[in-house]
Amino acid sequence: MTASKPTLAVWKFSSCDGCQLSLLDCEDELLALADRIQIAYFLEASSATVEGPYDVSIVEGSITTAHDAERIQEVRRRSRALITIGACATAGGIQALRNFASVDAFTSVVYASPDYISTLRSSTPISDHVPVDFELHGCPIDKRQLLEVISAHLSRRRPRVRAHSVCMECKRRGTVCVMVAHGTPCLGPVTHAGCGALCPSYDRGCYGCFGPQESPNTPALSRRMSELGSGEVDLVRVYRTFNAGSDAFRRASEAHERDEGQGEAR
Amino acid sequence: MSDTPRTRTIRTDYLARVEGEGAMYVRLDGEQVADVKLRIYEPPRFFEAMLRGRAFGESVDITARICGICPVAYQMSAARAMEDACGVAIDDGPIRDLRRLLYCGEWIESHSLHVYFLHAPDFLGYPGAIEMARDHREVVERGLQMKKAGNQVMTVVGGREVHPINVRVGGFYRAPTRSELRTLVDPLERAREIALDTVRWTTELSFPDVDRDTELVALSDPGGYPIDLGRIVSDRGLDIDPAGFDEHIVEEHVEHSNALHARMRDRGAYLTGPLARYNLAGDRLRPTALEAARAAGLGPQCTNPFQSIVVRSVELVEACDDALALIAGYEPPGRPWVEVEPRRAVGHGATEAPRGMLYHRYEIDDDGTILDARIVPPTSQNQLAIEADLRAVVETHMHLPDDQLAHRCEQAIRNHDPCISCATHFLTLTVDRG
Repeated sequence: MTASKPTLAVWKFSSCDGCQLSLLDCEDELLALADRIQIAYFLEASSATVEGPYDVSIVEGSITTAHDAERIQEVRRRSRALITIGACATAGGIQALRNFASVDAFTSVVYASPDYISTLRSSTPISDHVPVDFELHGCPIDKRQLLEVISAHLSRRRPRVRAHSVCMECKRRGTVCVMVAHGTPCLGPVTHAGCGALCPSYDRGCYGCFGPQESPNTPALSRRMSELGSGEVDLVRVYRTFNAGSDAFRRASEAHERDEGQGEAR
Repeated sequence: MSDTPRTRTIRTDYLARVEGEGAMYVRLDGEQVADVKLRIYEPPRFFEAMLRGRAFGESVDITARICGICPVAYQMSAARAMEDACGVAIDDGPIRDLRRLLYCGEWIESHSLHVYFLHAPDFLGYPGAIEMARDHREVVERGLQMKKAGNQVMTVVGGREVHPINVRVGGFYRAPTRSELRTLVDPLERAREIALDTVRWTTELSFPDVDRDTELVALSDPGGYPIDLGRIVSDRGLDIDPAGFDEHIVEEHVEHSNALHARMRDRGAYLTGPLARYNLAGDRLRPTALEAARAAGLGPQCTNPFQSIVVRSVELVEACDDALALIAGYEPPGRPWVEVEPRRAVGHGATEAPRGMLYHRYEIDDDGTILDARIVPPTSQNQLAIEADLRAVVETHMHLPDDQLAHRCEQAIRNHDPCISCATHFLTLTVDRG
């Protein structure tokens, strides 16, 4: 009976669990989804597991240990389609801040006996290790987008997920621009859409949790934020959060770090 | 003791229906429990180190990412600790009410998930709630409906369910309007009815006879059931301001776990969470929840961790009822935050995450740069108590065959809703009978 249903597996690597929780947060759709597909591996929800291969694997989290670097290869081998969800899986997550510092120093801050801890020097996205069929951005992801991506893969069509900026979403919902009207620094112009422009609708500037949009012009935005009073340290910080490891935000934060260093030298 | 001691190993390498990655290992030498370990192997993420050098205001958004199940707890403990450092106390008034309302939303969401998705399948003999729904669809549906009400509160007050965006040190970016909050009344009233049904339903489950005598620790809020603030108290006489945490509680790093183990400096293991809150502050429940507890036959004390599912259900009634009262009395604040000026200082914050007390301590510089951070999540605090429970369960159930004993042990762990992502963080179970 279940053999004819497509199978879905959910895998966790280094992460907060929030993105896979988004699947359980689909309260209105979850049981209907479970009628149509077989949830074959999802440890947070069930101890019953089915051996692969799986039609679709959803992967949360980044690679931070040698063991996980091997485990993701096995997950890839057992998955027809592999979709990564969230900032950890697509950009290394907040834990990628270690990529800019010394892991040894980090370990000794948290643990009294650093010898017990085994970890890699960097936190890397899944796509650095295996081919990925689709990346869904967000910290956390948007659950409606998750349902769209799962449905699309099950019916073998392209997911309808736009790659434009949060700015476009503000315009579409008619939110007054917080940067133009209030001078609030906002990453909306360079950030990937998907949240529905949430922060500006709460009188707050976007903080970039969906990562960079397709072709972000970070230097132009940084100039504007400097005019609004952001210093180099602030600019390093705004690009260096949950998507610090994404190419565009990493380059931007490193550029401001260099400028900050030069400022000090002068 | 047998002349030829027989060793048994019971292990579960990937513990299911917990948040994060962990394992269990139990080794028996004949009738003796030789070793019990709750291994947390979730890879470390080094939050305390990452926070150094960041702005004090960023603590709220960064620490939320420790846990997708209880981000509000992190935001609230961080905000309170930073406000404490800067000499600001938001202990009453509309901002505090909004915080408590948001926190109620998280309790409802997290407890509904635990009761219906993580815990109940153990009692009814299913591997998970999706499988349980094949035979008990209406039961799972009502759990989902109650969970959704919690998420709706988080979405309206916080902006979204996971990692809310509306919380800042000092309060909120924007206060919800009265009409926005009114949309929550119907779902919360239905959720309260479901919670009352849930208390009755969980009472009917069959519980192994286990009686634990662990020191219980919770916050004490003179104004009500402890959620968002209070002194730290225990049933063995502890009564301290959160600033005294370090003086009384130490954290140790042990080899088998990527989470630090906390213990009371003088006495050892202690437990935080629903059982601790109920035993220490049950008399402060609002009448609806208190009556539901009594009607369910729950006395003023409950020391069987397997019954935590009933206590969690009582807390669901409380959180729905409290949220409705907060909405009824809501007056939007003129400005939804207070100005918090940084200064060189140390601040402490403790609040009640759904699964137990969460303590933050920060040292900040004059310009608000974080110099040092310390975060003690509930699962780190509960880890020793969970291992002690495991030992007790093995001692009283060693007649069971390995698979049943392993299942009972897994249940003993799930009783405490461990959040391994919080504690670093991941759990694996192994029972070794050799």
